[in-house]
Amino acid sequence: MALSQRYRLLAPLALVGAAAIALTGCAEAAPGGGDGGSDGKSTIRIAGGITGGEADALNESFAQFTKDTGIEVEYIGDKSFEGNIVTKVTGGDAPDIAIVPQPGLLKTLVDTGKVLEAPESVSKAVDENWSADWKNYGTFDGTFYAAPMLANLKGYVWYSPASFEEWGVEAPKTWDELITLTDTIREKTGNAPWCAGFASDAASGWPGTDWIEDLVLRQSGADTYDKWVAGDVKFTDPEIKEAFDAVGEILLNPDYVNAGFGDVKSINSTAFGDVAAKVADGSCALTHQASFLSANFLDVTNADGETPTVAPDGDVYAFLLPGINEGDLNVEGGGEFVAAFNDDPSTVKVLEFMASPEFADARVKLGGVISANKNADPSLASSEFLQEAMKTLQDDSTVFRFDASDLMPSTVGSGSFWKGLIDWVDGKSTDEVLSDIQAGYEN
Amino acid sequence: MSQVIIDETETSEPPQTTHGADPKGRAITRTLVVVGFALIAALFFLLIFSAPAEDPARIALGPVSLNTFFMWLGDLHPLIQIPIILIAFGAVVAAILVLIEYAPRPGRGYFILRLVACLAVPVLAFMMLRPYSNAVLYVVGIALLSGALLFFADYRSRQGAGYLFQLILFLAPAAIMLLIGLIYPAIATFFKSFFDKTGTDFVGLENYIWVFTNPVGTWSVINTLIWALVAPTLSVAFGLAYAVFIDRARGEKVLKVLVFMPVAISFVGAGIIWKFMYDYRQGEQLGLLNAIVTLFGGDPVSWLAVKPLVNTVMLLIVFIWTQTGFAMVILSASIKAVPVEQMEAAELDGTNAWQRFWNVTVPGIRSSLIVVLTTIAIMSLKVYDIVAVMTGGRDDTTVLGFEMVNQQQRFQSYGHSSALAVVLFLFVLPLIIYNARSLSKQREIR
Repeated sequence: MALSQRYRLLAPLALVGAAAIALTGCAEAAPGGGDGGSDGKSTIRIAGGITGGEADALNESFAQFTKDTGIEVEYIGDKSFEGNIVTKVTGGDAPDIAIVPQPGLLKTLVDTGKVLEAPESVSKAVDENWSADWKNYGTFDGTFYAAPMLANLKGYVWYSPASFEEWGVEAPKTWDELITLTDTIREKTGNAPWCAGFASDAASGWPGTDWIEDLVLRQSGADTYDKWVAGDVKFTDPEIKEAFDAVGEILLNPDYVNAGFGDVKSINSTAFGDVAAKVADGSCALTHQASFLSANFLDVTNADGETPTVAPDGDVYAFLLPGINEGDLNVEGGGEFVAAFNDDPSTVKVLEFMASPEFADARVKLGGVISANKNADPSLASSEFLQEAMKTLQDDSTVFRFDASDLMPSTVGSGSFWKGLIDWVDGKSTDEVLSDIQAGYEN
Repeated sequence: MSQVIIDETETSEPPQTTHGADPKGRAITRTLVVVGFALIAALFFLLIFSAPAEDPARIALGPVSLNTFFMWLGDLHPLIQIPIILIAFGAVVAAILVLIEYAPRPGRGYFILRLVACLAVPVLAFMMLRPYSNAVLYVVGIALLSGALLFFADYRSRQGAGYLFQLILFLAPAAIMLLIGLIYPAIATFFKSFFDKTGTDFVGLENYIWVFTNPVGTWSVINTLIWALVAPTLSVAFGLAYAVFIDRARGEKVLKVLVFMPVAISFVGAGIIWKFMYDYRQGEQLGLLNAIVTLFGGDPVSWLAVKPLVNTVMLLIVFIWTQTGFAMVILSASIKAVPVEQMEAAELDGTNAWQRFWNVTVPGIRSSLIVVLTTIAIMSLKVYDIVAVMTGGRDDTTVLGFEMVNQQQRFQSYGHSSALAVVLFLFVLPLIIYNARSLSKQREIR
């Protein structure tokens, strides 16, 4: 064949060409993988569990940073981040930075040995901008790993200010007043005043753990709460049973729940987000949920078919679940932590930025979230409610504790504790449920 | 591409096989085989005895990858990028042409060239795909393809070193990849099931004791057994009954489509659909089932929370709903293959419809029945999605497949997860063996 003769000459040439390309690729790529080598990576990959519109907002909050430094930041949210990240990190596919929503998960990640200690500059920034408690949540065995990012405040009771005016009642200041208020509403309306939903797919039960945690923190104080988190106070101890009894006073009382959904057991089959619609249209007077519920009101309608206004004189608003004594301000909440898996100069720059008030301001301004960064400007928060929540978080007199179930070992915090509350609502006795939850420590 | 090879070989020299008669050639063959297998065995043992979750950078082969090449390219001036891309494209085309040109030629030199290419292609592919997850899977495919292609070329040249020897040699890279990607993880899981959560301390049978004593573990075993027994029997029973009743009926095709449609729905989709059917609330009913209950004056029931076993049955219904169509289609086809003469003969003997079904049809479709039964049984043993979507394993509805993932992902408990996986494997194993044996029996009969 005539063609094959020509190929015979071409072949060695082609091979030499291919080899040359491979070799030049090697030589140039070796120092740092790109642009000159001295400035570090040009793109920083961030992974986290935040998805949808909030993920877009997070990407947007880096716009000014990218303009100033030239470092691109690429955030990619994964709905099952909590389940995947440990496998990914141990498998060698770690992102540059991970936004970890739970200190318990952060500890698991730190245990893999792949999370790097936070740079000195980040540690200093956290000292300046956050309370010692917050820094503590990112510290394990005396080493500080991860700076806090955003925050949310739990333990709000959502209600309708208009209905409250109609019934002639006011936001309660103590736990007893709350029960009295419940009775008053029940008499005036003839319906169950409270509604609750624990369903959340694989995570069902967590809204219930927030109830218990709020009550432990308010009834027994921060010290007991800390000991409980550490496992020194057991679930079977009287302090915890007391909290269950108090919550049961409302949640297990068929006269008080479950407005518009069914009997007590319907709590388990109601999605936690569905509750917002019932509060907005007035069929449910009171519900207990974290600050993030304000976002759920954007998708529902009030009795007139319009989007409800979240304001002190609007369709819905919230007060913090009151303490046992008037004036107590013990709140629990959650937040994310920023952990790094390499010490590339660009990664460090991004970490420093994320620990600064500028980042908090940039993100808070985009709406829907708050930060516990003391030097951030609360007036930038997107609603009056969030501004108030942010001020509460920044206030030095507030006793703040992180969500206990996020701090406990996952077999308890996201295992037997969640499951226990489902069983409890289903009618299992409190003592049995408590020993079941405690048994989660042995799993 | 294979078309080109065939064209080339047609014009090549007539075959002249020297192998087999030449004792020197045979000795070389034997040495090569021994060395090759020793190498494969050494690689395999190295993988097994090295610690499982070590730093994967160990197997990384330098900084060469398609990714780094493109990153390097992206930082260059656009005008420089154009010629480089053209050269790279040309080089890849040239390499393929070289392989095509030299692959089917006879002679020892070309045989060695083919062998080297067969080894080099997967290695190069692996280096290039390295930064992507699942790279190994793609490389297995590439290795299989290149191995098969080159073997074909070698065989066509009729100057290679014997059919079996060629086959083994050329498919060895793919086989090694499979060992790394499939068999090694299976063995590693077995070993891990004897270690604690993190995989550091040896705990003996503790994980297995956990599986059979902890309520979560025991319920997953019990429910899996219920699934494996009830789901295949009922889906096959319904599918068979339906297939028999609509056989040669009017509008058979439409009737078949109606039952077959759920097969096309994913388990996740089916779970969500049925979750609405079982929906539970007071006042206006969203769920059909509770709407019927309340219509007759009953109180709505929270179907997915009724313990024990009622909720498991509710989940089973969803699975059976999706699998009945599958059983129906296969059984219907084999019913049509039962010879009409046999049916007529039975009719002449004075049998009634039931006797004909039981003594003629069922024996006639026996092999299809076994295949459908075991397939659905294996599927029901592995079920994950339905449980995850509908109950999340609450209220004692968990199964082995779900709990395995749950323990690993939510609790990072690798020990428990591996033990559950091994138990699941033990459940599936007899079914696979039975399936394989009945298949080989059939082959003997034929």
